[in-house]
Amino acid sequence: MAKKTFRQALNEALHLEMRRDDNVIVIGEDITGGKGASGEEDAWGGAFGVTKGLLKEFGADRVLDTPITESAFVGAAAGAAMTGLRPVVELMFVDFLGVCFDQIFNQAAKFRYMFGGKAVTPLVLRASFGAGSGSASQHSQSLYPLFAHIPGLKVVIPSNAYDAKGLLIQAIRDNDPVVFLENKIMYDDVGEVPDGSYTIPFGEANFLREGGDVTVIALGRMVQRANEAAANLARQGIECTVLDPRTLSPLDADSILASVEETGRAVIVDESYPRCGAAADIASLIAEQAFGALKAPILKVTPPHCPVPYAPELENAFLPSVARVEAAVKQAFEFRR
Amino acid sequence: MITRIHAITMPRWGMTMTEGQVVKWLVEVGDTVAPGQEILEIETEKIANVLESSAAGVLRKKLIAEQATAGVGSLLGVAADHEVSDGEIEEFIAGFQVRHTAAGAVEAEAPAARTVTVPGGHINVMTLGEGSSIPAVPAVLIHGFGGDLNSWLFTQAELAGGRVVHALDLPAHGGSSMPSAPMSLESLAITVRQALESLGTVRAHFVAHSLGGVIALLLARDTPALVASLSLISPAGLGSEINGQYIEEFLSAQRRPQMSKSLSALFADPSLVRREMVDDVLRFMRGDGVPAALRSLAGDAFPGGRQRLVLREVIASAAAPVQIIWGEEDAIIPSTHSKDLAARAAVRLLPNVGHMAHLEKAGLVNEWLAQAMMAADSSEKR
Repeated sequence: MAKKTFRQALNEALHLEMRRDDNVIVIGEDITGGKGASGEEDAWGGAFGVTKGLLKEFGADRVLDTPITESAFVGAAAGAAMTGLRPVVELMFVDFLGVCFDQIFNQAAKFRYMFGGKAVTPLVLRASFGAGSGSASQHSQSLYPLFAHIPGLKVVIPSNAYDAKGLLIQAIRDNDPVVFLENKIMYDDVGEVPDGSYTIPFGEANFLREGGDVTVIALGRMVQRANEAAANLARQGIECTVLDPRTLSPLDADSILASVEETGRAVIVDESYPRCGAAADIASLIAEQAFGALKAPILKVTPPHCPVPYAPELENAFLPSVARVEAAVKQAFEFRR
Repeated sequence: MITRIHAITMPRWGMTMTEGQVVKWLVEVGDTVAPGQEILEIETEKIANVLESSAAGVLRKKLIAEQATAGVGSLLGVAADHEVSDGEIEEFIAGFQVRHTAAGAVEAEAPAARTVTVPGGHINVMTLGEGSSIPAVPAVLIHGFGGDLNSWLFTQAELAGGRVVHALDLPAHGGSSMPSAPMSLESLAITVRQALESLGTVRAHFVAHSLGGVIALLLARDTPALVASLSLISPAGLGSEINGQYIEEFLSAQRRPQMSKSLSALFADPSLVRREMVDDVLRFMRGDGVPAALRSLAGDAFPGGRQRLVLREVIASAAAPVQIIWGEEDAIIPSTHSKDLAARAAVRLLPNVGHMAHLEKAGLVNEWLAQAMMAADSSEKR
């Protein structure tokens, strides 16, 4: 099977879906290059190169480069989705979604519900997230818990190139608004990705390894770190199950609970802020529904409750490290044998 | 050719395997080992399995410790008769290391599948054993319904010592393209023949599993010159019963728990179904158009939960020697289909084995496959 980058996997998903369905359009800032500047057409393909090549194949009617007005083009996309198009909106950084919360939270997320199911909103909002690139506080957040909080939105966080392609195709075919978040550090990550179209259903966790001692639940880029920690711990005789929910909403509660029922110990590794965050939500699920199985407190490995720092040393310390994951797993394992 | 000293090497289980970890030795130095005997537990990223001895002799030396990791093809141990001196063993080891190092770069490279063009699409083929100096009749491996060439991960490399072995993906399976028209058993047989034409194969030993079995029977009936021997593992085509409920459950399994339950019906010991196997099948089934294509094929091959084609007479009339291998616990196609076949067929029943004899009892099955091919080769020469 061909090895491809996370970026290529997303790019292929867009190409394949735009070929399959003429109703699929893409909208966003700079997605066709430098709009209005001569010689710059399709120069880069969006802030991270994901939309490269779309303009040439599908033309400016379906690849819409916009001014810097998220509120306008997200609102336009939500309306277009209701009338039958399937817009895929690129928003560069998830940090910028704050300027269009009304369009997302109070409009797109509510249409199906408020129109009694007669209107659907097949809208995909793509954005990058995550710390580690020295992009400072306003371009480094992991804001997916905000979207998972809102009923009516689906929230997808791929952790590898294979999943990125299958989940994006699924997102485009889904009839509800999907917030699709890509860790900006992972665009060059390489994995085996088939050439053809395939889908990965939402709400199905991926198991990276299985072990009977501790369940480690991780999202996005933290999946790699959790897996690395688990490999190190296996050499020390602690066997972990590493589970990637892949979608925060819907959440594969069954897989999480079934695994914790087996291991009796849970460590959640997440890059979003700790208060009212993804780790807290998953911890509450386990505490409520698998309490009887627990042999140790549920532990969360997250950043501190502070903005993402710019100084590289601090930014590095902010993110959950492999060492912190290992320490948490050991703490859970040794709490009660 | 009788080799007195046998190398026990790290097997290659599947295309992506480059190294494996020895979990446990199951025999001690000085123990007698027989072909098919479990000698080593080996774990890879994908799968854990036991290595069965392919040789008879005494385990003379272990060259790897438990928990250690070694590359594919590395020498793990040596088996030989008591008469072989320690000096000869040491000489063999030294010689092996030299040969292995010389061939190392080539050995370590994972074999890659390629595609051959057939009318209306392409067929994915993995070929092993090329460059072998002995011009033996090649072997062709045909997987079953919903499977792919990786189901031969314990088989193909073992058969490829001294002959070319092609493992094919049927249309709509594995890395082969979707067919341009709805599939039938007959169309699959034609496609396999066309793929072999593209490969320049005019005569081959056919090793076929389950649905692949009825395809091989069709080839033996319609193009007898192509078939040097038939080895059929739990084949379709020898009776009308088939577990229709399994087919339906397999086709409708959307999520891991259902697929896991469905696949466990294939094995006598359901614990052999590992999560990676379930994930691989789910990945395949999530390809665009795959479930529909398979459902249509099932409709042709097993309408109403019965097998459409029963070709028992081919066993009697085929020119090629026939071997039937069947797990007695097969819950998909009953092993009783192997009863009362023409006496010329060698029937080998395996107790405590399900529908996947080539995975469940790989060492013994490989031995039988290799023997049948060699016997057919030598009778052709006469």
